[in-house]
Formats: sequence, structure tokens, C-alpha cells
Amino acid sequence: MKKFLLLGFSFAFFVLHLSLALAWPVSSVTLIDNAKEYDGKTVVYEGEAIGDIMKRGAYSWVNLNDSVNAIGIWAENSLLKDIAYTGAYKSKGDWLEITGVFHRACPEHGGDLDIHAQAIRNINNGCAIMHKLNIDKRNLAAALLGILGITWILTRLIKQ
Amino acid sequence: MILRPRLEDIKVIGHYLSKIIIGLGFTMFIPAIMGLAFGEFNPALDFLIALQITLFFGVTLGKVCFTEKDSNWMHGMVVVALSWVVAMLLGAIPLWLSGHWKSYLDACFDSMSGFATTGLVLVQDLDHLSYTHNLWRHLIMFIGGQGIIIVALSFLVKGSAGAFRMYVGEARDEKILPNIIHTSQFIWLVSIVYLILGTLALGITAILDGVKPLNAFFHGACIFMAAFDTGGFAPQSQNMLYYHSLPFEFVTIIIMLLGAINFKLHYHIWTGNRKEIWRNIETVTLFITIMATFFITAFGLKQVGAYPDVIPLFRKGFYQLISGHTGTGYQTVYARQFINEWGDLALAGIICAMALGGSVCSTTGGIKMLRLGIIFKALKQDIKTIILPSRAIVVQKFHHVKEIFVEDKQVRSAFLITLAYLLLYGFGAIAGMLFGGHPFLNALFESTSAAGNVGLSCGITDVGMPAILKITYIFQMWAGRLEFISIFTLLGFLYAAIKGR
Repeated sequence: MKKFLLLGFSFAFFVLHLSLALAWPVSSVTLIDNAKEYDGKTVVYEGEAIGDIMKRGAYSWVNLNDSVNAIGIWAENSLLKDIAYTGAYKSKGDWLEITGVFHRACPEHGGDLDIHAQAIRNINNGCAIMHKLNIDKRNLAAALLGILGITWILTRLIKQ
Repeated sequence: MILRPRLEDIKVIGHYLSKIIIGLGFTMFIPAIMGLAFGEFNPALDFLIALQITLFFGVTLGKVCFTEKDSNWMHGMVVVALSWVVAMLLGAIPLWLSGHWKSYLDACFDSMSGFATTGLVLVQDLDHLSYTHNLWRHLIMFIGGQGIIIVALSFLVKGSAGAFRMYVGEARDEKILPNIIHTSQFIWLVSIVYLILGTLALGITAILDGVKPLNAFFHGACIFMAAFDTGGFAPQSQNMLYYHSLPFEFVTIIIMLLGAINFKLHYHIWTGNRKEIWRNIETVTLFITIMATFFITAFGLKQVGAYPDVIPLFRKGFYQLISGHTGTGYQTVYARQFINEWGDLALAGIICAMALGGSVCSTTGGIKMLRLGIIFKALKQDIKTIILPSRAIVVQKFHHVKEIFVEDKQVRSAFLITLAYLLLYGFGAIAGMLFGGHPFLNALFESTSAAGNVGLSCGITDVGMPAILKITYIFQMWAGRLEFISIFTLLGFLYAAIKGR
């Protein structure tokens, strides 16, 4: 009886541990390097929405970059409607947490490594980025313009 | 006795080099204007700074080295070899100023990768890079693919024998038209026409795939430049995987194949001689090698069960294969997937494809189809000579625009260049094992990709790799793009300058 109890506890502990592990966000490096292990499993992945949200009928593609790699997320349009910003030069994208099924070589999408989203949570809102004019660069450009002008005049004078 | 180069030699080299530097400076106006138009003022300033430094060097060098003497073969070759180094150093300035490259060496790496149409990258946070810098990354591929010298020949250097010597030095030994300036202008005409058509095709495909119109046409133009010039840069960090689109992959495959075809063949197709495409030794060899290497790759993928179904296997395998064979380097898999999932045989198939390359007088790198075809014909001739009676006279011909007899001189040249490429691939592989501690196959994959100007990566090319390995790959990209002769001449010139009398 004791043996059965111990086995039961061990099994429960293992299952609990696994489900907890899968509930924590998994990095893109872990997913790519251990793709076979995660294939077909529900994972939690988070990252910045970047570029375009590409609508394909009732679903869309959005790519999430976790600062190392970006992974494609296939999601129903309704799940993506709250995304306000996607990352680009002039904007920081929303930081999203995705719960979905990971595919090492998705049969539906020509063998792409992707995640089919079941739920999406906006963790951090993105924002527009205002790039202030870099004064040092401006001054350097002005100084170089002067040097180039003088050089050009000197070459003309030497020619004459 | 080795003769030390005279001051006049250095002046001739400096004179032509200055024109190429000035030409490069003027091209920087394009992203600078683009930056202002998009309201990206700091990136525009990066280009204003870089173009002023470039023009300053060009104008000063031109004045110091002014001469009216025409160049000889040695001058032409040295100018070409130096032009690419100078272009790398100056082209890296705006990249480095952007703050997206961790060091100037990393910026130089990407600059050489761009000019040599390789496509290996060390850029950081690419998804937040400005339109301005992204345009420059792809523009340098367009310039490098046509040839830096072609740019100068088209716009800055008057027709002369010296112009032809520089043209040859840039690994283009075939004249399409009798006049070398007209040849350069024809190459530009083909490229511009395809640029417009390719941008439209990719832009419309991207819009249909849900990309916003501005991004769609910007990406279309960038990707056309990198695909036609068999470069491999892309505006987003995921490369082609960003689009998740079969039509986009299909259009890029067509553009990559167009880029892998000899410009001479383009000329014949344009002038109505369409039969040439089915008869030319290069297209026939390309078809056979694509089939052979794809068979190896597909068999390798099937063996390890990399893909669950035949369609994903074909889509992933064929795309990576065409990308590698044409020397483009576009990827629809993550770099680590090559190592983790593809297996050794599939990797070997891709390595063979990358090593072989496309046509001569195209924008591809690698050994190239004409050389492979000539070597095969020579082998066939030798076997026939052994089999047939000793009195029989064995002649072997091949079709390359016209019927040409196989001669020892051609075979020797083809063998020498092939051998040089094989040594370069091996040299990089040893460097990868020695300095990076990578297994042989992985190191050979990355080395072949760099030296064959391909750009596919199995993950070795990374910002954290040792500086010596970065320099090794820069050297490989440079030597592979110029096909050795001009680099050997430069080394000989430097040796003569030190040891000569």
C-alpha cells in the first residue's frame, strides 16, 4: 500500500511539475532548441509584437520577439483586436503573453515552426517612440560639411 | 627580380580608387534623402556624416593621385581588390552610427556581407531598425551584386582599356556587348527593369498577405534587391519566415533563379533568342545540380523524419536548397533547426549546393556552373580518349551562346578556380573548428556559406563569436566574391612594395 501511495504521489508531483513548467513562459531559444519535446504541447510564450499583423481571413499572423528570436503566432482575429502597437523604428510594440499549441513543423502552415494561440494577454502596452535629434551628430555633420567645403575649394585653387 | 611599384603606379591606383570612393559617397545620398522624407532625422544624419567622410577621402585622394595615365592589368586588379575593402570600411560608418551594431568590426562584417551579397548578419534588434538604414543594407547588396566597379564604369569612368581590366578584376570575364561601358549599362538596365517588376510583384503579394501598403512596397523593394542580387538580407529578423506565405516564397524563388542566370543569357532572352536557355551549358548544369542536391537534401530530411509530411518537406527543403544554390541565403527555418533537426545528409546536400553556386557573370558566388560544366566535359573527353583507338581524334564541345571547343586553357582555369574555392571552404571550416570549437560539418556549412557568398547560417554567425572568426569570414566573403585573381594581385603588389627593388 505504501508503495502505491509513494508511486501515486510521485506521479502527481511529476504531472504538477510538468504543468507548472509549461505554464511558465518558455523562451524562443528553449522552444527552438527543444522543438521535438515541445511539439504539439500547450506552451506559454511571451514577447513584443513586431512588424505587421497579417490578416488571413478569420485568422492572422503576428510575430512575437522575446529579444532573441521572433516566433510566428497564428491567432483568431478577435484575439488580436486589442493590440495597439507593434514594434518598429518609431514604436515599441505591445508585450504579449500567448498560451497556445506549439508546432515544430506545422502541417497546416507548410512546416513552419509556430504557435497556434488559444489565449492572448497584453502584459505591457507599447508606445510611440520619439527620437530626439542627436545634437552631437548634428554638430559633427556641420563640422564635416565645413571641412569638405574647404577641401573642395582648395582642390579648385590648386587646379588653377 | 621583383620590381618595386613606382610612385606613378600608386598614383594610377589612387586615381581610380578615388572615383570609386566618390561614387560610393554619392550613393549615400539616396538613404539620406529617404531618411528626411520618412522623418527619420538621426538616421539621415548618420548618412550625412558618412557621405561627407567618404567624399572627403575621395576628393583628397583624387587630388593627391591625379594622373592622366591609363591603368594596366596590375593596376586594375589592385584597384578592384582595394575598392571592396574601402567600400566595406566606409559603408560600415552609417551602420555603426545607428547603434544597432555592437562594434565597428560587426558593422564592417555586415557591410562586407552586403557588398559581397552574402547575407550573414550581426545586426542587433533588426526589427527596430529605421527604414533609412534598412534601405542602405539592401542597397549595398544591389550595388555589390552588380559590382562596385560596374557602378563606377557606368557613371564615372570614361571608356578605356583600363575600364575593361577593372571589369574583369571584379569576377566578370564575359563582355555582353563589344563596349565595356555599354555592357555595364546593359547590366543596369536589366537590373532596373527587374527591380520595378520585382518590387511590384512582391509588394502586391505582401499586401494580399496582409502587410500594410507602405511596408509591403518597402519590403518588396528591399527583398527584390537582396533576392535578385542573391544577397539574402531581409528587413525583419525572421528573414523570410516573417511572412508565413507560400506565394511570397514562390515569387522569391523566381527572383533568386533570375539572379543566378548569366547576364549574357538575359541579353539573349531579351533579344528574342529564347532557345538559348534550354541549350546553354550553364542552365543545363544548373538544372542537373539542383535536382541532384535536392535529391540528397530530401533523402536526408526523410531519413531523420524532419517533416511529418511530403508537402512541408518539399516546401522547406526546396526553398532552402534553391536559396543555397543561387547563393541568396533566404531562410524559412531558424538557423538552429539546421543543426537540431535536419541531419547530416540534408546538411551535406545544402553544403554542396552552396559550394557550386550559379552562373558566371551573374550575381551569385561559389564555383559556378560554367566551370563545373567545362570540368565535366574535359573529364568526358579524357575518358573517350582512353576508350577510343589511339588514332582517333577526340574533340569535345559545349554550348555557351555559341558552340565552343573545350581547350586545355579553359579547363586549367576552371580547375584552378575550383581548387581555390575548395581550399577557401576548407580554410574557413578549420578556422570555425579552431577558433569557435564547432563540429566539422557545422563549421563547413558556415564557411561554405561565407566563401560562396550565400548567407544561410546554422547559428555560428553570432555577435558573440570570436573576432578572429569574424575577420576570417570577412576575408572569405571578399575573396569568394572577387574570385581570387585580384586578391592574389594585391598580395603580389604588397609583396613587391616590401621586397622589390
